[in-house]
Amino acid sequence: MTTLTAAERSSSSSSSTYRRFLSRHISWVPVFAAVAILIIMIAGSMAYFPNFQLPRIMSSILLDNAYLLVLAVGMTFVILTGGIDLSVGAVMAFTGILCAKLLGEGVPVVVAVPAMVLIGAAIGLLIGVLVQFFDVQPFIASLIGMFLARGLAFVVSLESIKVENEGILWLQSTRFSFAGWYITPTGIIALLTVAIAAFVLRYTRFGRTVYALGGNEQSARLMGLPVVRTKLSVYVISGVCAGLAGIVLTAYSGAGYPLNGVGTELDTIAAVVIGGTLLTGGSGFVLGSMIGVFVYGLIRTIISFSGAEQSWTRITVGALLLLFVVVQRIIVSRSALSR
Amino acid sequence: MKKFLTHRLVWPIAALIALIAINTISRPSFLSITVQNGQFYGSLIDILRNSAPLMLVALGMTLVIATRGIDLSVGAIMAVSGAVALTIIEASPEPGNLAVVMIAIVAAVGTALLLGVWNGFLVSVLGIQPIIATLVLMLAGRGVALLITKGFITTINSDPYQFMAQGYVLGLPFAFYVSIVAVVIVGVLERRTALGMLTEAVGINPEASRLAGVRSRGIIWGAYIASGTLAGVAGILYSSNIMAADANAAGLYIELDAILAVVLGGTSLAGGKFSIAGTVVGVFTIQTLKSTITFLGVPPAVSPVFMAAAVLVVVLLQSPRFRALIHTAGRSAARPITRRPDAKVLS
Repeated sequence: MTTLTAAERSSSSSSSTYRRFLSRHISWVPVFAAVAILIIMIAGSMAYFPNFQLPRIMSSILLDNAYLLVLAVGMTFVILTGGIDLSVGAVMAFTGILCAKLLGEGVPVVVAVPAMVLIGAAIGLLIGVLVQFFDVQPFIASLIGMFLARGLAFVVSLESIKVENEGILWLQSTRFSFAGWYITPTGIIALLTVAIAAFVLRYTRFGRTVYALGGNEQSARLMGLPVVRTKLSVYVISGVCAGLAGIVLTAYSGAGYPLNGVGTELDTIAAVVIGGTLLTGGSGFVLGSMIGVFVYGLIRTIISFSGAEQSWTRITVGALLLLFVVVQRIIVSRSALSR
Repeated sequence: MKKFLTHRLVWPIAALIALIAINTISRPSFLSITVQNGQFYGSLIDILRNSAPLMLVALGMTLVIATRGIDLSVGAIMAVSGAVALTIIEASPEPGNLAVVMIAIVAAVGTALLLGVWNGFLVSVLGIQPIIATLVLMLAGRGVALLITKGFITTINSDPYQFMAQGYVLGLPFAFYVSIVAVVIVGVLERRTALGMLTEAVGINPEASRLAGVRSRGIIWGAYIASGTLAGVAGILYSSNIMAADANAAGLYIELDAILAVVLGGTSLAGGKFSIAGTVVGVFTIQTLKSTITFLGVPPAVSPVFMAAAVLVVVLLQSPRFRALIHTAGRSAARPITRRPDAKVLS
């Protein structure tokens, strides 16, 4: 092992600056790859489809996938600690339909919306407690959350409930336009979530603990970091994001529906992974997840532009996911070698 | 007596018996089996018949989980397998011809086997985490199935194919025989040869078993191939039951039911020790639970709440911390408390 690294170093002296940059910023490499893919896809579709107007298309991708972006932010926290949260799609459906039902019964928005976020947090807490205190694998613990939330969504209503509350509809119907770009309050909520999460992960003690936990839980514990609190918190954050996403999706579609978000947890995980977050934890960025959501949205847009069948979306996302996982695998084994 | 109580199949079997008892009390006709034209009918026979696809999938899942893996793609493989079989039958001029049906089944199971090879390649050769490696196919598989059926729900009319899920042999459903044959083959391979022990060795510590000379790569690969192939057969049973290939609905969430069945049967998700008999009991428990929920008049859509409660109880019972909590709660009180969570499953 040592001889190999020594040989590698001597042979690469010519490009050592480049190598040093790469090895210092190895966690940014997958994000760069995602950005490169996004740019190639945008350039390709602008060349191929004459009526592909960048501002309009990108704005609509943000609005159509605002809920996914919110979910991806929460999922990024969980995956950074090395966990996984399968419950997000179902929690989103549950809070969405419950919100629609409460609003329909005359509950004011200022009560209903915070209540949904709290419900999301409660389900997240349940998952976190199972993971942290009862050593249940995150996969199984969040599976319980998923079954629970999906069933409860159907308890609320078996059919979709239309939203007629002006406060919620305002979130989607208001448009702020600027030079071809436009955004609605739901899009602003999504971007704000990203901004807050990026700040928390980059500049707070909590954020650094999240990375430390994903890097090596044992070391984090020995360093005296608050492992228990942090691990519980990431699942609560994911739950809060899922609750928020439920409101965003309800505003977007104008109705709550118990079958919303079937399979969304997989799309979310795919977006986070495509955005360069390592599934083993410890490395990744919320901004990367945002890129991942845009790549996902752009794939869907391109496929509908080209008139191909929508089934190609899933195949393309699957193929891209595979590509990124293999790239990550190579990066991880390389950085393990150079250590 | 103590040895009997600590046997790992005791709790799964107790749960199953309790479920059946509750059913029998709430509707005495539950246990009754009637004979019509030499064929048995009744709730229990329905459970045997309906549990066949889940049994096949759970069997493969047991092997994969024993190697410390997980296979999320089984539902998608079921969809692909059903789509392949029905497309071949639909394209042939004689859908009722036995040879055509045989070709369709072989092609479908062969495709499923290849998908299992693909999963195993990603996990055992490229070393990708099982959840993610199989997630790729879980995402893409239904897309492929939709492409095969060209986005439609392909329906066919073929008596030999229909026989797979709805036919009877010697009074019992043919699908039940298929699942039993699979259980026996896997059981003999894993328990009458050294394969089972090697699988457990790989699951307990892949690195140590590799150093000890076990070809862990081949064993892990084989587990995913078995899982894919069995899911392919399950897909044929599913599509035969509804006589249609529905790429979106076939095997939806069956991976979760299968994982639940494996866990109910006492196999640890951490890999290593596995129990095929436990999985069989787990599958019957889930199928009975489902039919109970339906009978109670609960909309099928709400049943995930009950499933959540069931998994919650099972994982808590498996958790050392929870057991310790019960223990400290008082030795004399330990027994009633350990029983209480089980009662929760059933209510």
